Amino acid sequence: MKQFAALLRKDNQPVRYLVVDDSVFARKNLIKMIEMFGGEVAGEAGDGLTAIAEFNRITPDIVLMDITMPQMEGIEAVERIVRQHASARIVMVSSVGYQENILAALQKGAKHFVQKPVKPEVLYEILRYVLSDDPNAVGSPVAFAGEHRS
Amino acid sequence: MRMELIQPFINAADAVFSESLQAPTKIVDLEMDQEAYRRKGVAALIAIKGDIEGRVILDLSPEVALKVASQLAGTEVAASEQVVRETVCEMANMVIGNSVTLLNDQGFHFKVFPPEIHMDETGLAGSADTEALVICIETPCGNVYLNIAMHYLRRRRQERNAVPALD
Repeated sequence: MKQFAALLRKDNQPVRYLVVDDSVFARKNLIKMIEMFGGEVAGEAGDGLTAIAEFNRITPDIVLMDITMPQMEGIEAVERIVRQHASARIVMVSSVGYQENILAALQKGAKHFVQKPVKPEVLYEILRYVLSDDPNAVGSPVAFAGEHRS
Repeated sequence: MRMELIQPFINAADAVFSESLQAPTKIVDLEMDQEAYRRKGVAALIAIKGDIEGRVILDLSPEVALKVASQLAGTEVAASEQVVRETVCEMANMVIGNSVTLLNDQGFHFKVFPPEIHMDETGLAGSADTEALVICIETPCGNVYLNIAMHYLRRRRQERNAVPALD
């Protein structure tokens, strides 16, 4: 199995994730990857409404958000979260990856998109990019375990 | 049934299983089926409505589903109906999602419905009158079956818009 340098916050604490997917199976897969990247799963949700509540409760560093879910779909959840938390960093994770979906998610405030099945190395690079994207956000720029920054 | 509608599903199923299992897969059988669908194991049926209408069934035996789940988890997963159900659903979601992405980028627009799981002894309702293509894909975990019944409801948007003007 490929080894990844841990993605850490600026305070050297693990990056905290909220994993949102109606499939327990898909959540387990993402959680396995998060652990490979040295992260911490702060919360899970199976629909958009629960995701909003969980975001408010745990304020994660990163949200991994599915699109097609019961009760409230991922794109609407993104819009509502970003309306309240402009600096929220949300990465869409969906098997449906056509242009309209991606554009809609980005327009609502998602930072990136990754198509299922998720390759760990692809997700890792996206997380690395998204975590270092906003120099004013808590924990940015991201530090990698073993790296020295001057 | 037009091959241009079917090919994205075949390509997506092949790609999703080989990518997820990190091993090559092979299409070992492909046949037309005009009779009611006879389930081979646990089946996830996904309906599609829009420019193209129809349904796709992904069918795995519980043993194969369990092997797929264990392979994806990186450890042996205890057998349970829930694990089997979850595995078949998620694999079906990924296959359909990747297929509709390819079709959507070609200009077809439609809505995909959440998968219905069929595990009991009864057949699949509404499949009796449908001509379907059945594809058997060989994977390291065992064979998986894809049953596709699809037809055009409307021409693609750009084709509709490209009707020549009359002089």
